[in-house]
Amino acid sequence: MLEYIIRRILLAIPTLIMISIISFVVIQLPPGDFLTSYIAQIRSEEGDLAAEEAAEGGRVAVLRQRYGLDQPLPVQYWRWITNIVLRGDFGYSFEQKVGVRTLIWERLALTIVLSGTTMLFTWLVAIPIGVLSAVKQYSLMDYFFTTLGFLGLAIPNFLLALILMWVAFRYFDTSITGLFSSHYIDAPWTWGKVLDLMKHLWLPVLILGMSGSASLIRTMRANLLDELNKPYVETARAKGVKENTLIWRYPVRVALNPFVSTIGWALPALVSGSTIVSIVLSLATTGPLLLRALISQDMFLAGAFVLLLSTLTVIGTLISDILLVVLDPRIAYE
Amino acid sequence: MATGMTVDEKVSSAQPASKAGKSAPSGMGELEIATTEKGEEYFVASQWQLMWWRFKKHKMAMLGTAVVILLYVTAIFCEFLAPNNPNRIGATYKLAPPQAVRFIDSDGAFSLRPFVYELKRERNPVTMAWIYQNDETIKHPLRFFVQGEPYRFWGLFESRLRLIGIDDPDVTLFLLGADELGRDVLSRIIFGARISMSIGLLGVVISLFLGMLLGGLSGYLGGWVDVVIQRVIEMLQSLPQIPLYMALAAAMPLGWSSTRVYFVMITILSVIGWSGMARVVRGRFLSFREEDFVKAARLCGSNELRIIFRHMMPSFLSHIIASTTLAVPAMILAETALSFLGVGMRPPAVSWGVLLQEAQNIRTVAYSPWLLSPGIAVVVAVIAFNFMGDGLRDAADPYGHA
Repeated sequence: MLEYIIRRILLAIPTLIMISIISFVVIQLPPGDFLTSYIAQIRSEEGDLAAEEAAEGGRVAVLRQRYGLDQPLPVQYWRWITNIVLRGDFGYSFEQKVGVRTLIWERLALTIVLSGTTMLFTWLVAIPIGVLSAVKQYSLMDYFFTTLGFLGLAIPNFLLALILMWVAFRYFDTSITGLFSSHYIDAPWTWGKVLDLMKHLWLPVLILGMSGSASLIRTMRANLLDELNKPYVETARAKGVKENTLIWRYPVRVALNPFVSTIGWALPALVSGSTIVSIVLSLATTGPLLLRALISQDMFLAGAFVLLLSTLTVIGTLISDILLVVLDPRIAYE
Repeated sequence: MATGMTVDEKVSSAQPASKAGKSAPSGMGELEIATTEKGEEYFVASQWQLMWWRFKKHKMAMLGTAVVILLYVTAIFCEFLAPNNPNRIGATYKLAPPQAVRFIDSDGAFSLRPFVYELKRERNPVTMAWIYQNDETIKHPLRFFVQGEPYRFWGLFESRLRLIGIDDPDVTLFLLGADELGRDVLSRIIFGARISMSIGLLGVVISLFLGMLLGGLSGYLGGWVDVVIQRVIEMLQSLPQIPLYMALAAAMPLGWSSTRVYFVMITILSVIGWSGMARVVRGRFLSFREEDFVKAARLCGSNELRIIFRHMMPSFLSHIIASTTLAVPAMILAETALSFLGVGMRPPAVSWGVLLQEAQNIRTVAYSPWLLSPGIAVVVAVIAFNFMGDGLRDAADPYGHA
């Protein structure tokens, strides 16, 4: 098993390298290098004279030197990635005029909090409902949740966010955007702020968890239905184990296995979803800043987010794979 | 006697299903029903015929298919179906509410031909905001096949014929209200179907092609090719798609034409989206490679291409079609999301996502909720595709119970 885990971790390394290359390509995609847009920005803010002065030398030359922009692309990539790995330096945000690293960590932490809570929520909702739907197959409740599940899958979560925002604004006259009350936004972290976050977090979690729960309920139901007819369930029943104990002790545990492996694909979907929902609800996670960076072509910032979000999902997938093998050691030998 | 043989074959082929622990009745029950219903016909039916029979029994799938066909018909004939020119700006009808289609007028008189009241607007004396009201003295009957504002069908033929409308083309007909520039929301949704529905379809066709090619190579050749392609698939599937789509789509220069943006969008969606298809194809190839009928074909001296296209492909084509159908809604949703965020299709192109972009300002939406109606179109399309795909998947499974 240990061997399997080590092999799995080693396999993640090429993936991470590929991700870093993709993120670097993203940075390079807009025409011209970042300094072109930087000079354009100086021009719009400080006038032509300053722009020419900057282009000649001074500020721009320092940056060009620092990020090796006059070097060939592989060298640039190497410099960029080693700066990140060795010094935690993600480059410079031309729009906000600070190092990228000062902008990203709090946002990333909130993204992790949001995604993690949603994951927990989907599990807490999907497991009991999935089990009930399977045990009471074709009951009224089963149909109800199946229908709800279909709706949950079909309504894109940003649309759900829009609709809820509209309802809240129109009929309750409140705004449901943001993760903090106004007086906590720039405040340092205190217990009060954490509590305030909790008060605001449930709605995005509900919106994001909707589609995830819907598909997990369906997976859980299908898995458990496959197990319920197996002989070992019959045997346990024949031996007089109480129905409830029986269901939760044996078939549910077996049915949970494929369930764990769904973290692997649920996490990327969750991070994707949270990006859009955060933009709609203006949550202070990575989403809105990523979009802003992309639109203003602040590419170091955008690249850092693409890199970190992807790394996040790869690590999440890795953890789910390891969890899976701990739960079901047979997998390691396949 | 020959028929008896076939029965035995059918039954024995149905066996693995019950072994595999498929919950509901295995092939046996279905076979009995089918035998009594269709008689001999059942045993000589082709695989596609059997699939069609199973599919037909799936009510929701049939409904979904009907809706999908309807949506594509809408997309093809949108110029004719839309009551108005989707781009005509009516400055005097900014955010006009939907005009109700009525059968009974204010005096209680019934008319079989539906009509709308003329829309009139006046200023609210206090707030100076425009308010729209029905002028109950003027009725405009709705007619089929009216001569409306001229348009060019597919940009080729000049025509004035529209499916529904009012005799006088200058009178407004906003069945779903107007947007901020006074354009007809219903017509815009109908036109939006063209881009939104076709991006889903084309995107899936291209990712299917890539998936078949790479998944097929991976599953068929095995060895290091398989390892490399598998790694790439795993990597693509562990990436969060929306941020990546956003990053790629945002790199398109603002000056690009709508057509160019459209094709680049399809490319972006399919370059990342093929991995799911490849996975399905590879899995099928792997399981069929060791099957007896493939070995038999090889022993008979068939070359590899013939084995793939003549023997293996027909066995899993139905399955692939089902997965393809289920992949379309994901593409439609991705396009909608990107356009909604402003990094996908951009105005003047009309797609459902572009239309929803106008619903981003919650203060406007609060008093003009009809701006959210393109969302309904998206949801209907996604549900329809899901039902159709589910039905196809069940029908394609030879051991399933439709």
